[in-house]
Amino acid sequence: MKRWIGPALSLFAGLANAAGFDYALRAQPVAPDVYAFIGRSEDFTPANGGNIVNTGFIVAPGGVIVIDSGPSRRYGEQMRAAIAAVTPQPPVLVINTHHHPDHFLGNQAFADLPAGALAATRQGIAAEGNSYAENLFRLTGDWMKGTDVLAPTRTLVGGTSEIAGRRLRLLALAGHSGADLALYDEASGVLFAGDLVFNGRAPTTPHADLAHWLAALDRLEAITREPGFMQLVPGHGAVAGDASALRQTRAWLVWLQQSLHDAAAAGLDMNEVLARPLPPEFADLPVAASEYRRSVGHLFPAAEQAVLQ
Amino acid sequence: MKFPLTMAAIALAALMPPADAAALQESGDPLASARWAEMARTFLAGAPVLFDPRVKVIAPSTAENPLQVPVTVDATALPKVQEVVVFADFNPIVQVLRFFPEGSDAYLGFRVKLQQSTPVRAAVRTADGVWHVGGTWVTTVGGGCTAPSAAAASREWQQRLNEVSGRQWPEGPNAGRVRLRIVHPMDTGLVAGTPAFFLEEIAVADAAGQRLMRVQTFEPVAENPVFTLHRGATAGPVEASGRDNNGNTFRARIAP
Repeated sequence: MKRWIGPALSLFAGLANAAGFDYALRAQPVAPDVYAFIGRSEDFTPANGGNIVNTGFIVAPGGVIVIDSGPSRRYGEQMRAAIAAVTPQPPVLVINTHHHPDHFLGNQAFADLPAGALAATRQGIAAEGNSYAENLFRLTGDWMKGTDVLAPTRTLVGGTSEIAGRRLRLLALAGHSGADLALYDEASGVLFAGDLVFNGRAPTTPHADLAHWLAALDRLEAITREPGFMQLVPGHGAVAGDASALRQTRAWLVWLQQSLHDAAAAGLDMNEVLARPLPPEFADLPVAASEYRRSVGHLFPAAEQAVLQ
Repeated sequence: MKFPLTMAAIALAALMPPADAAALQESGDPLASARWAEMARTFLAGAPVLFDPRVKVIAPSTAENPLQVPVTVDATALPKVQEVVVFADFNPIVQVLRFFPEGSDAYLGFRVKLQQSTPVRAAVRTADGVWHVGGTWVTTVGGGCTAPSAAAASREWQQRLNEVSGRQWPEGPNAGRVRLRIVHPMDTGLVAGTPAFFLEEIAVADAAGQRLMRVQTFEPVAENPVFTLHRGATAGPVEASGRDNNGNTFRARIAP
């Protein structure tokens, strides 16, 4: 009889985890003192709870710098626990790279520390944060329980600065959204690119300006050519030791821009644009078909307007 | 389920490809909407109705943006189309638009606002008085009719109200196509504090003044409406004109 207790207990533990909404976050070492949590290359679903995003942290001499806080309060709490499993240093600052919900809705777990973001990101979260949170409730369900918007309180600006005793280069860019912050940690050579770079997943474009985005990618690619560069952490998808993910993102955006322009110039209606097949080079890219459909909705009206006189 | 057809429908079916003929039905909504009976009473009262696969209503099965759902109605497979009425069963304002393809093909592309998942249908009246009905279900997160227009957040549109941009494609695979966009908030009146304010009447005519198409638009047409139509074999400039429910008018020439 007794030998059945062990398996029975582990079964219950499994059920408790399912009911407890465990994101199973494990810090992946990227470089000495630099870690990332890598999400799935999927759309938001009740199964993944919104864990489709990358977050990260840097263990600096003065404490831990947290880079994005994930899609929910639970994610933020579990992230904070996973950081504590790696270092006894306390977190001292949260940085939100941009105003999309999977990057800031875990801020509540770090409510005792300052949260910083670019000025336009702060405004975006204040203005749109609640509707984004509602949307994630709809898409992922109870994983979001207890999540409220906690907007960043400190304005960050571009430039190199000493944060918690670590020299960080903050790059105030735009294009994926109205304000995209990338961070380059000079000591480790790790570039946190935020959602300006997607790796192995089609980029999302709800607030994209493709011209600005392509210009931002050029700025980031210049950093990957610096002698100290080691790793790039994209906003979504695997960490890359070179500019390949950046080039993949650029290739998609260049194709998207050209394709929408050509479709508009040929006089196509939006339904005809939606029906166009993806080129073979993107056929196997995860979520390419769904992101293409969304991007047509986001970007085709402007492409169409540009060709109508 | 199979429904018996009247003699007129049987005669019609004999002229159609077998697959289309098999799909003809005079009763039993193929989209199985609880509101079909009410829709039929409202829009098609008293006239013969035929669910007809030759009426093509193209829209995404899942619409990402409920404020701008693209819809294309293609009834060019039907002879002598007099009038096309487009409606969405479960929208708070059901009627989307009516168009009269007087000198153009029975074809119109546009975008709509949807409040929830709904059938989007086109009923096409031919010269014999029969309404041919086609449609498709569109699934959407909704809220399209009670969300404020982008114009409500910015006053910039006031300087550009009723501004028309357009273009013709006289050659190539889309020869005969005309596209036009009109700056208008198309407010539904369902947002607190914002009265209904929408385009009601749009006409497109050729250089000789011959009307190609007349469109009656209603609140659910998306903000800054964009229309795609086929003018047929004629050439030369076209003139677009129209007015909204506040009496603001526009008139613009679209070069060939």
